[in-house]
Amino acid sequence: MSLLLSRYAECIFWLARYIERAENLARILDVQETFARDIKGGHDWAAVLRLNADEARFFERYEVADAPSVLNFYILDRENPTSIVSDIFFARENARTLRPLISTEMWVQLNVFYNRARALRQVDITEERLNRVCSMIKEGCDTHAGITLGTFYRDEAWCFYQIGAAIECADQTTRLLDSRYLSFEERDPSETVSPVEASHWTSLLRSASGYQAFRRRHPRGMDPEHVALFLLSDPCFPRSVACELQIVEVQLGRLRRQYQLRRVGAALEQLDGIRDDLNVDNVLAILRGGGIHRFNDWLQRSLNDLSGILGRAFFGYEALPQPEAEDHAADKSQSQTAGSLQQHQG
Amino acid sequence: MPHAATGAFKGYDPGSFFCEMCGSAEIGAPHAAAIFARFDRAGLDNLRQRAAEAEIELFNQGITFTVYTDGKAIDRILPFDVVPRVISATNWRVIEAGVIQRVATINAFLSDCYGPQHAIRDGIIPGELVFGNANFRPEMAEVRPALGTYVHINGTDLVRDVDGRFYVLEDNARTPSGVSYVVENRHLMMRSFSDLMRGLPIRPVSDYGRHLLEALCEVAPAEVLDPQVVLLSPGIFNSAYFEHVFLAREMGIPLVEGRDLFVDDKDRVFMSTVGGPRRVDVIYRRLNDDFLDPEVFEPSSLLGVPGLMRAYRKGTVTLANAVGTGVADDKAVYAYMPRLVKYYLGEEPILNNVETHICREREALAFTLDHLAELVTKPVGESGGYGITIGPRATQAELAEARARITEDPANYISQPVINLSVSPTLVEGVVEPRHVDLRPFAITGKSTWVLPGGLTRVALRRGSLVVNSSQGGGSKDTWVLAEDDSQPTPQAGRTGEEILAAGGDQIVGAPDLPAQGA
Repeated sequence: MSLLLSRYAECIFWLARYIERAENLARILDVQETFARDIKGGHDWAAVLRLNADEARFFERYEVADAPSVLNFYILDRENPTSIVSDIFFARENARTLRPLISTEMWVQLNVFYNRARALRQVDITEERLNRVCSMIKEGCDTHAGITLGTFYRDEAWCFYQIGAAIECADQTTRLLDSRYLSFEERDPSETVSPVEASHWTSLLRSASGYQAFRRRHPRGMDPEHVALFLLSDPCFPRSVACELQIVEVQLGRLRRQYQLRRVGAALEQLDGIRDDLNVDNVLAILRGGGIHRFNDWLQRSLNDLSGILGRAFFGYEALPQPEAEDHAADKSQSQTAGSLQQHQG
Repeated sequence: MPHAATGAFKGYDPGSFFCEMCGSAEIGAPHAAAIFARFDRAGLDNLRQRAAEAEIELFNQGITFTVYTDGKAIDRILPFDVVPRVISATNWRVIEAGVIQRVATINAFLSDCYGPQHAIRDGIIPGELVFGNANFRPEMAEVRPALGTYVHINGTDLVRDVDGRFYVLEDNARTPSGVSYVVENRHLMMRSFSDLMRGLPIRPVSDYGRHLLEALCEVAPAEVLDPQVVLLSPGIFNSAYFEHVFLAREMGIPLVEGRDLFVDDKDRVFMSTVGGPRRVDVIYRRLNDDFLDPEVFEPSSLLGVPGLMRAYRKGTVTLANAVGTGVADDKAVYAYMPRLVKYYLGEEPILNNVETHICREREALAFTLDHLAELVTKPVGESGGYGITIGPRATQAELAEARARITEDPANYISQPVINLSVSPTLVEGVVEPRHVDLRPFAITGKSTWVLPGGLTRVALRRGSLVVNSSQGGGSKDTWVLAEDDSQPTPQAGRTGEEILAAGGDQIVGAPDLPAQGA
């Protein structure tokens, strides 16, 4: 019998998501530094905005999408709820709520991490220092993950933590892939991959800490199809969508068996639907048909729906809310969902 | 008389004040001599270094409280002083018995107020002080809390005058806070000063949570075998949220907010879990009466639980502390406590009050206004040290302002002589100097009353300041109650505390029956 408060389940789910989101945003910004370069050597920082469908929000407060403003928007800007500092802030606020549940070590690390992130200034996020700051963020997030793995009691709260982290990571992997595919789709698939192009794919894999693993699977060449398959469907790469969904499935199963939470049914059904479409043949067909961006978008939306289903089953969300107010037209990327709004009050 | 010092405490001089480590010229402090010497030998640099490390640890742990000034909320660390306050075993026996006696009286008084009202009819206390009190809850008239316990958790603020006697400055019978600092300060000391603590007979404070949970289970509704206890907090924006977390963790119980609870149509309380609703039997609530139930009290409260009072009055759930206990820790009712001790228990007070003038009484008002410059005046309804005027330290303008406020609303004020609070050696700005301290022991009452052998020692960090409240620049110290020591005499209220104890004080346990009912 579970005594986990619904509110705590929601908070731990979102704590995991916020950290995962901060980490992935750091990964994307880091890699963007490499391939936001166009042929003339200039930078197209607006690409990151397109990736997250944040152009409108960005241009409300910034004039031009150059490095200083885009980096400020995504790293330091407290008024941007999806900036890294905001992510870490929300993670810490959720942790504050969850202090009765989480280990002291988890709390102290998040608190120190937040204080460090909060101390960042404009001068710390210039292009030449970007790699260092992104490393600091990634390391903080990884430390959190490690401490959590080593100290967090493995009851149903742990299940919700894992599910939250996995859904967010899966979502972010599709965005990372999209960061390259947005330009990839404009290219003629019959052309061979140029060395510049190949180096971009290499950086992308590196940013997902997947380059070496990819090489073990594909020792030669740098085929974009292989990269996409690797990130979406590889069963062993920890940041692949398929691998993350495997975690979700295992944890949902545990919630049902060990804690008799029968309401996981709808979530499992939704999950099955997503996983079916991630099989290699299907993904290959999509890649060859030039529909990868739409597929990524569909994945993001499906994961968002999964999140909503969990919310209604366990977090006390109202029975089916109106679907996200944004239009659901295809070819339109999802902006990041704002989580656990109840924690934002005050 | 200061102990000899050549190291960290070199030049330490408590002056005319009673010192917790050194006593006074009349009363020595042999119990603290060895500890004094250890800290002295450690040296100033060593203490400074460890203090700096302790501060970083507190900051990293986010052990903060919130100060509200000019509408702004600022998160601050409660400053921690590394030099402990030491209490002798003999002193502690008196404090412990005195607190138990005080709690027994408060519970008897509340049973009486919300029951037969003998004390009012017998003219012991004016009825208007009870019924006119903003914290009196007529809704409690039909409620009979389990075991007659209204106040399950009580904090008694004690001060020590130059004569070395302990006096009760204030009772905290609603939702007293600060116990988390008692335990956390000890943990911090054990990490940073294990070498200086080695071999000392310091009584442990770490089992507070176990005692509290036991008491809360004892007062669960009678038919419940394995009660589900929860801690109800206003949430993360409450200044004591850190403490709520601490207590919930120590007891291993869910920390809930109002929105996690609901009351069904059979007046039962449930919490919303991922597995559906779960029954709740005992609520340790850290939420004021006003916010508990919007159906009965403050209707705009979003922090409470609609219907909670229905469930409580029906007896399906226990609230700790009970509703309406604020009538007992009011500063005006406080003045009557010594008489209430005698009335309900037939005993002399073991711990006396600071002499108190109740401005609602004409003579006391006149006396207060005549001696404003010598007295401490306090509004009766405030907490946290707000609105206090310390006569001898106030400017003419401040005195005039106090006079105007008191004249306008005398019933809202009491006055007391200035107590020269005892001092304790304190590391301030790199040197050890005397600073004024008070003491808040915590008592838990289920079937019987247990007093945590320790307590919150608050210290006024500003030189000469008597205001120890954390909201006004106070800090805290670890409080070492010694299990055995060279005894230090404890003068109390004419007779010594020991004499009063010998005369039967040790029979005081829990909440006794009212004399009129028991007879």
